[in-house]
Amino acid sequence: MSDEHIKNLEAQFEARIARDEKIEPKDWMPEKYRQTHIRQISQHAHSEVVGMLPEGNWITRAPSLRRKVALLAKVQDEAGHGLYLYSACETLGISRDELYDQLHTGKAKYSSIFNYPTVTWADIGAIGWLVDGAAIINQVPLCNTSFGPYARAMVRVCKEESFHQRQGYEIMLKLCQGTPEQKEMAQDALNRWWWPSLMMLGPTDAESVHTAQSMKWKLKRKTNDELRQQFIDQTVPQADILGIKVPDPDLKWNEERGHYDFGEIDWDEFWQVVKGHGPCNKERMTARINAWENGEWVREAAMAYASKKESRKTNTAV
Amino acid sequence: MNTGLYKYILGIADNCLILGQRLGELCGHGPNLETDIACTNLSLDLLGQVRSYYQYAAKLKADDSTEDDIAFLRNEREYVNVLLVEQPNTDFAYVMGRQFLFDAFHLMFLKELQNSHDITLSAIAKKSIKEVSYHHRFSSDWVKRLGDGTEESHSKMQSAINDLWTYTDELFHLTEADEEMIKEGIGVDTPKFKDEYYNHLTDILEEATLTVPESKYFHKGGKLGIHSENMGFILSDLQYMQRTYPNMQW
Repeated sequence: MSDEHIKNLEAQFEARIARDEKIEPKDWMPEKYRQTHIRQISQHAHSEVVGMLPEGNWITRAPSLRRKVALLAKVQDEAGHGLYLYSACETLGISRDELYDQLHTGKAKYSSIFNYPTVTWADIGAIGWLVDGAAIINQVPLCNTSFGPYARAMVRVCKEESFHQRQGYEIMLKLCQGTPEQKEMAQDALNRWWWPSLMMLGPTDAESVHTAQSMKWKLKRKTNDELRQQFIDQTVPQADILGIKVPDPDLKWNEERGHYDFGEIDWDEFWQVVKGHGPCNKERMTARINAWENGEWVREAAMAYASKKESRKTNTAV
Repeated sequence: MNTGLYKYILGIADNCLILGQRLGELCGHGPNLETDIACTNLSLDLLGQVRSYYQYAAKLKADDSTEDDIAFLRNEREYVNVLLVEQPNTDFAYVMGRQFLFDAFHLMFLKELQNSHDITLSAIAKKSIKEVSYHHRFSSDWVKRLGDGTEESHSKMQSAINDLWTYTDELFHLTEADEEMIKEGIGVDTPKFKDEYYNHLTDILEEATLTVPESKYFHKGGKLGIHSENMGFILSDLQYMQRTYPNMQW
């Protein structure tokens, strides 16, 4: 293909995106578009799957049958999200095994928030309320992203995430309406999850390396700082309803801006966790690698059985 | 309160609770996402059934008891699940072996329970049969896959079946409450389908190229509240919140 031909294709491609047309897996796309999407979609899929671990940690200890069932269903939803995001990613010409390998070798990232420990039941409420809340803010714009399989997956993911967020908030509400001990548990969870949730929306715009290109491809519709502000503005009144305090002495409504002002985020902590030195990075990776390695003989058996069955069928047919 | 019926319900429901709890431990750690999701489904179905049974049991108690009091606030000796369901998730072969040995029984049991003179139990059975038919298909397919898969999976599946087999006889033991309820046309006369159960296991195991264990020695005790050493640890997790923070709403 000549350079001119490629330039032509690129121009047509950009024009399609500008017209809000969806790009489908078999359509021509620039290699960079493909690679960027593999990176982002797989990172998203990995986050869903690693994200099962901190919450899964409380399934056996959930305080009531209703909560146990709801938590199981929620964590199962995350597995489902992982499954169709991996599938969306596979349409770009990469296998699930390769994607897992990237996760297990540390080549691919996942959301750093899941490297924090869930130490009390209230953390399950806080994760639903704050972490899923931040995820929704990140993801709703992606329902209109340019790559068709990703956009369609996001529609379903967002519906379920929004249910999870309400469920998390309801756990918090129940705690805050409970005994002083329960309310303290809720406050403690907010104290620990607030800042990591703000970090979840990514580095500041000045530090974000992918923003410009991603905006062009509608893989991102708002900058990290805009999303963070939206999250804070939305969440602070919810904390007020609960009667618990956001752990930021600088948090203040700014009449002029029509937004909350907020304190400095500890970006050193953010980068420490991103670089693999958070409280549970090692545990999370070990759990994923163990599940995968311990499951190898099971997957091999399933393949062997399927091929035996297939050859028996062929032999009978002959 | 109809004590016999209450105890009878616990005898059914505790199996679902403890097996549901065991399966819950696996969530996020399955051999791949598809089986992870499927095992969580089994757990969800079982816990859904547990809620129906305990809500009914709580109603029979006619005091302030709730489903959660029954699920979380009994002492170990008061749980009457069979030993089979409390066996650990040693590996995926044990998980599927345990599931298969239980599902085959559970399905036959529910088919009979549909005809119970107790309309609530009959209704729960009718609803649960659909779920348990799927469980049974899922677990027996996996027994076949692992049994007739690779050499390694065959050997793991055979060990799991050999070990877990010794817990199957207890499924057919009758407690006083069982006998009382059978007489009243409420309970299921399980020994009636014992031969059918073992014939069915034999068929599936043979199809899976596995050897049917010949052991004539079996374990028992769970139905009388005498459990294995696993049970205390299961309950430590299960009851943690309710015991640590008594009398609170969640």
